[in-house]
Amino acid sequence: MQSNRIRLGIVMKKIDWIIGIIAITAVLFVGSAFGKTDYCIQCHSEMDDSPKSPAVLIKSDIHYQRGLSCADCHGGDASKNDAEEAMSPKKGFVGKPSYRQIPNFCGRCHSDVEYMRKYEPKLRVDQLQLYWTSNHGKMLKKGDRRVAQCVSCHGVHNIKSIKNPQSPVNKINVPATCAKCHADKKYMHKYNIPTDQYAKYSRSVHGKLLLEKRDTSAPACNSCHGNHGATPPGLASISAACGECHGINRDLYNKSPHKEPWAELGYRQCVQCHDYHLIKELTDEDVGVGNNAVCIDCHDKGDGGYEAAFRIKASLDSLKYDIRIADSILAKAKKSGADVGELTFELGEASKGLIEARNRVHSFSPDVVGEVTSASMQKINIVIELGNDSLKALWHRKIGLILTSFLILLVAGLLYLKIRRVEKKK
Amino acid sequence: MSKEGAGNSRRSFLNWLLGGGVGALLAAAVYPIIRFIYPPEIPQATQSSVVAAKVGELPPDSGKIFKFGTKPGILIHTKQGKYLSFSAVCTHLQCTVQYEKSKQDIWCACHNGRYDLTGKNISGPPPSPLETYNVVIKGEEIIVSKKA
Amino acid sequence: MMGDSFKKVYNWLDERIGLKPIEELAKHKEVPVHRYSFWYYFGGMTLFLFSVQVITGMILLLYYRPSAGTAYESVRFITTQVHFGWLIRSIHSWSANLMVGALFVHMFSVYLLKSYRRPREITWLTGVLLLFVTLGFGFTGYLLPWNKLSFFATKVGTDIAGSIPIIGNTILVFLRGGKEVTGATLTRLFGFHVMVLPLTIFLILGIHLYLIQKHGMALPVREARKEKEGEKIRTIPFLPNFLYRDAIGWILVLGILVFLASVFPWELGEKADPLASAPAGIRPEWYFMFMFQTLKLIPSKVLFIEGELLGILGFTFGGLILFFVPFLDRKSNKLEENRLFTILGVLVILYMIVLTVWGYAV
Repeated sequence: MQSNRIRLGIVMKKIDWIIGIIAITAVLFVGSAFGKTDYCIQCHSEMDDSPKSPAVLIKSDIHYQRGLSCADCHGGDASKNDAEEAMSPKKGFVGKPSYRQIPNFCGRCHSDVEYMRKYEPKLRVDQLQLYWTSNHGKMLKKGDRRVAQCVSCHGVHNIKSIKNPQSPVNKINVPATCAKCHADKKYMHKYNIPTDQYAKYSRSVHGKLLLEKRDTSAPACNSCHGNHGATPPGLASISAACGECHGINRDLYNKSPHKEPWAELGYRQCVQCHDYHLIKELTDEDVGVGNNAVCIDCHDKGDGGYEAAFRIKASLDSLKYDIRIADSILAKAKKSGADVGELTFELGEASKGLIEARNRVHSFSPDVVGEVTSASMQKINIVIELGNDSLKALWHRKIGLILTSFLILLVAGLLYLKIRRVEKKK
Repeated sequence: MSKEGAGNSRRSFLNWLLGGGVGALLAAAVYPIIRFIYPPEIPQATQSSVVAAKVGELPPDSGKIFKFGTKPGILIHTKQGKYLSFSAVCTHLQCTVQYEKSKQDIWCACHNGRYDLTGKNISGPPPSPLETYNVVIKGEEIIVSKKA
Repeated sequence: MMGDSFKKVYNWLDERIGLKPIEELAKHKEVPVHRYSFWYYFGGMTLFLFSVQVITGMILLLYYRPSAGTAYESVRFITTQVHFGWLIRSIHSWSANLMVGALFVHMFSVYLLKSYRRPREITWLTGVLLLFVTLGFGFTGYLLPWNKLSFFATKVGTDIAGSIPIIGNTILVFLRGGKEVTGATLTRLFGFHVMVLPLTIFLILGIHLYLIQKHGMALPVREARKEKEGEKIRTIPFLPNFLYRDAIGWILVLGILVFLASVFPWELGEKADPLASAPAGIRPEWYFMFMFQTLKLIPSKVLFIEGELLGILGFTFGGLILFFVPFLDRKSNKLEENRLFTILGVLVILYMIVLTVWGYAV
């Protein structure tokens, strides 16, 4: 019995051994099937400092993950264990490209439609072409080695997909990546352009949305400037850039009385009022003829624009006033226990007129704005009326309560008298 | 004799008053009950589905906003004659969307967000698609209901 | 003349259904007067509030629709569209709470006065059953508006029942009509609330009321001893003296109900969303609060038993003791003061009050 058990134990151990051997063979086999040893990575891993770093970084590189390795960019023969042989120019070894060579270095593959199709058919192949149109590209061609090229933004050896949140060119990281150079006063000194874009952008509506609320529908630098073809939008294309998202406002502006005179005067369309980089969330106070209004920068009392600004502001204000009134009535009714869900819905719908009216300010036409504000106000007046009705109904409830309480106290008192009467009789 | 008579009349007065009071109280209790039982003018509707429109009310290639509970919905009659329905609340900043004939898509006027006719956000700021509803035609009525 | 025709009708009815014995009973029913007479009113008060529940409950049924997709909307419809719907619904909710309150006062006064002693043991047993059924009403009714708070309170409540060993899961599935709180739970609890529990309560209440008429009002131990020693206890006739007093209490409570319903309308809250995360501060109805708070305070493991289980076992044990009190208290039957039971009762009351306040304070 016992010997049986021991024998069983020996058999089990043998089985363990066999499994182990099979596993090791399998690993070796699979290893060799997936590619021979990459001697670039192997040797560089054993080095120190800068020669070592590419071998480490490449593990998290998108190219490496898609099956490409050192030799696919740098040339040479990765299957040779001998440095000289592996990095022989005869084997196509190009080594480290110079700063100015990098765009074309990457472009060898990234501009090759056929090649790129094998890896990511959706990826565009015009980056290089665009790059040479950008200010960066133009200056690089002239020999400036301080301007950005591919690796300045994408990183090197550990290049990540832009969808990867750790990529320096992932949408949320783009502003900080651009700021690396553009916010550096010393670095930008020579170019004589401002360095406060990033600071301004982070305080702008867009920056707050993207950087604080992580809302990727908000624009980053490249959304307006383009990415590979980065260049400041020209005067005429400002409204086109903003209009990518704010199409309504662009269309309204293009039809507005400002368009032509502003173009003649060299005014900068959207940016004239909203500023750039520090895109201000303009409030209703910026409209009209008040002290803070931007309209009075140009318009003086007596001219048509002054009057128009005044009327536009008046339309907005009266709509807002009505909304406030309706709000307070509904709040009061709700506090007193009436159900105002329906009216709150109606008010919410009507209040959207305010958003539209604010959009329509860009028509700079009091009639266009007034059309939507008066329509909304009509709806809101109905809400106010119904809200007042429900307040009145609440008043009826209170009267009912008072009368009932009175009646109840009366009957209770009478019953008390009745008891006294009945018990006195005894 | 007269004293007793006075007592009697006082008692009957008290009884009368008490009877009246109790009667009034009963009436005050019964009145709301009767009013409650009698159905109100607005009929009770279920909220998980709603009659969005009548057949024929909406010409092909047009859309209509209807109230679905406390939120707006949009019913679209496509050029091909199909009825589609979505939540009309833009996923960007909750504006009400509308059908745009020229592009045959759904459009939000606030920030130029666009959705295709499957409700998918295709351009502009909307971060996610519109909720789609089921549309059933029952006789003359086009009934929209939430997807389970 | 009026008297004549009334007499005729009375005689006609008496011959057929027997009104005389009832009249005799009513005529001779006496209510003792002593320093604790005040507590006699709470039984009648509970009964009055129960009648309010029956009436308002019945008419609420005319509009209520018991399914997950319609329940909330129909209650909303009642409170916004139906005439006096806000009043009826609010009164139903408030009256439910006042009824449980009155019931607790009634029960503890009966307990402390030891009125459960011979020969009223069965009256007490039916009374305790009425308490359980009433709490059942409260629990099942709470979910019916299908709002967020009630949804999660029901979830937590049934979860607690589910943690009982062996039978817990069966109870949970039985209560929920499935593994989760869903529309099936709503329909099921609705069925309990408007059919199963009402039939049960009417049956037990019938026995309870019959026994009260049979035995009359109980005397506190000391008064009973005096009576036994031959002292005459002062009484007043039930009709009309006591009934008038009762009536004053009832209409005042009615007034309080109307006041509460008008000034503090019962909130409907937000519609339940089974997929949403539980809101902070889920609370059961106040009368379950002391149990809820106890379960919260018990450490998760006491010796080798799970804390929650220990709590549930404790409350089950407490409920059993409560139920069998008439058979445990032998002293009162002999008309001796039972201080131990009095102190025990006071401690339980204090415990319930402290834990309830604690539950709301945290």
